[in-house]
Amino acid sequence: MKVLIPGIAGLLARKVAQRLLAEGHQVIGIDPRGWPGAPEQIELHPVDIRKRAAEEVFRRHRPEAVIHMATISALVVDAEERYRINLGSTRAVFEHCASYGVRQLVFVGRHTYYGAGPDAPLYHTEVEPPQELGTYPELADLVAADLYAANALWRLPELQTAVLRICYTLGPAGHGTLASFLKARFVPMVMGFDPLFHVMHEDDAADAIVKALSARARGVFNVAGPQPLPLSVIAHEAGRRVLPLPETLLARLVGRAGLPRLSHGALAHIKYSIVVDASLFRRETGFAHRFDELTTARSFADAFPPGGRSSPIPAPG
Amino acid sequence: MPDEIPARVDRLELPFDARGVDEFGVSKWHLTAAFRALAFLYRSYFQVRCAGLEHIPPRGRAMLVGNHCGGIALDAAMVIASCFLELEPPRLAQGMAEKFINRIPFLSVWAARCGQLTGLPEHAQRLLESDRLLLVFPEGARGTAKLWKDRLSLVDFGTGFLRLALRTRSPIVPFGFLGGGDAVPTVTNLYKLGKLIGVPYLPVTPWVLPLPRPVPLSIQYGEPLRFEGTGTEDDETMQRYVDQVKGRIADLMQRGRP
Repeated sequence: MKVLIPGIAGLLARKVAQRLLAEGHQVIGIDPRGWPGAPEQIELHPVDIRKRAAEEVFRRHRPEAVIHMATISALVVDAEERYRINLGSTRAVFEHCASYGVRQLVFVGRHTYYGAGPDAPLYHTEVEPPQELGTYPELADLVAADLYAANALWRLPELQTAVLRICYTLGPAGHGTLASFLKARFVPMVMGFDPLFHVMHEDDAADAIVKALSARARGVFNVAGPQPLPLSVIAHEAGRRVLPLPETLLARLVGRAGLPRLSHGALAHIKYSIVVDASLFRRETGFAHRFDELTTARSFADAFPPGGRSSPIPAPG
Repeated sequence: MPDEIPARVDRLELPFDARGVDEFGVSKWHLTAAFRALAFLYRSYFQVRCAGLEHIPPRGRAMLVGNHCGGIALDAAMVIASCFLELEPPRLAQGMAEKFINRIPFLSVWAARCGQLTGLPEHAQRLLESDRLLLVFPEGARGTAKLWKDRLSLVDFGTGFLRLALRTRSPIVPFGFLGGGDAVPTVTNLYKLGKLIGVPYLPVTPWVLPLPRPVPLSIQYGEPLRFEGTGTEDDETMQRYVDQVKGRIADLMQRGRP
């Protein structure tokens, strides 16, 4: 199958591309960041998915399937630009899929879609609406992209669409929001709170994305691996020390004194749990995780020892 | 028996992982610490008398349904302790905690790690579908707010618990709890002050603070009740079923009186 991956330079997307190659698929990538050392079988186009040149890639290659991984959650990009990237790129991908006869699309979204709050249920199912946007407006662009992708299920019925809401990933590549949060020696926590974090190994996450493609999944799916764990346990297994601080003090200190940068809204995510029920995805695709929660955290610790900065895979440029 | 509590925690038939945490965040470490304290309260401080434990299924889903008695949730704590200390194998009764608890530092963590999730229908259903032992007080917060003079009465029951029992095909094990009103005899409740500090109300006792005094408590469990239906029946049918449960609990309270 000819598979196009917008956002291929991301660490998780690279793993997906390598798996697809190993399974004998033809892989084409779009990403302005480039991928130094990429396998030569992968045809890379260093262009922005929202630009005309990206449409030319669709027109010329006529991919049968697309895995959309060109969204970002890093708060280092300002809100306006993030909104343009996340919603603009998602819209462009769906429009090109509709115009150039793509048969299957996998949208890779995030489980933080559901939001974190004191009155939210512990396990979220796919039918639930997003919550807590009022307290965490920085999530709005990703939620909008998710909802836009999901409405393709009725808007573009001929396009086999799977919207994946993947939990936090962790592993030796150090990919993702949680990995960034855990890279410092001290992990800040809101004193008196210890939410459950749903974490899966980055290799399992890549497997799940490929599985969504091979099983021709259609619908909205939560994706998770092993059971969730308290943040303090994950930090401990990752070789970090937790630093519990009163919420008001923590809100003033994040981004300073060696603590990771967090928006005020993100504090809710280290105070209350976001856990997903991923049974539907397992049933529909037969996906089963290979790494348990403790192995996952320890694999991150081995690659990123406290105080160290080693990483076997270079960060995207 | 210094090792009794950890040994009983080890015998809980829950799917703990290698770190002793289950899929709901229940932690063996927290359970051990909490049950050490509860065991003292249950056996020595309140000298709880418990009857009818054989009606609680040794495994599989079930709903313990009973009355509130006393200004604080002593009843829940002692029912949970009885299931852990008296049953063989021990079982963890999981209650539905008031929503304000999840907002309070430390209390939020301890409630969750001991299996007491926020009182949401989604939690109750998921626990039953996971074959857990669910603890329900259909009187809700109005039940714990009963004054001393009303300690032997029952306020209105909601019907949600019964619809859930039908939907999940769970047996209802009724129980009557007595003595809580004498341990924490509420003379009045301060609602405005409670709201200011983030709780529904503050109970006031003759010694002002709601600190329980060591009076004997009793729990009477009754035979499981099973109802036919799907949980989509009309309110009238539900109310009839609820009245049966309420009547059974009133009988058990009567039976437990000295």
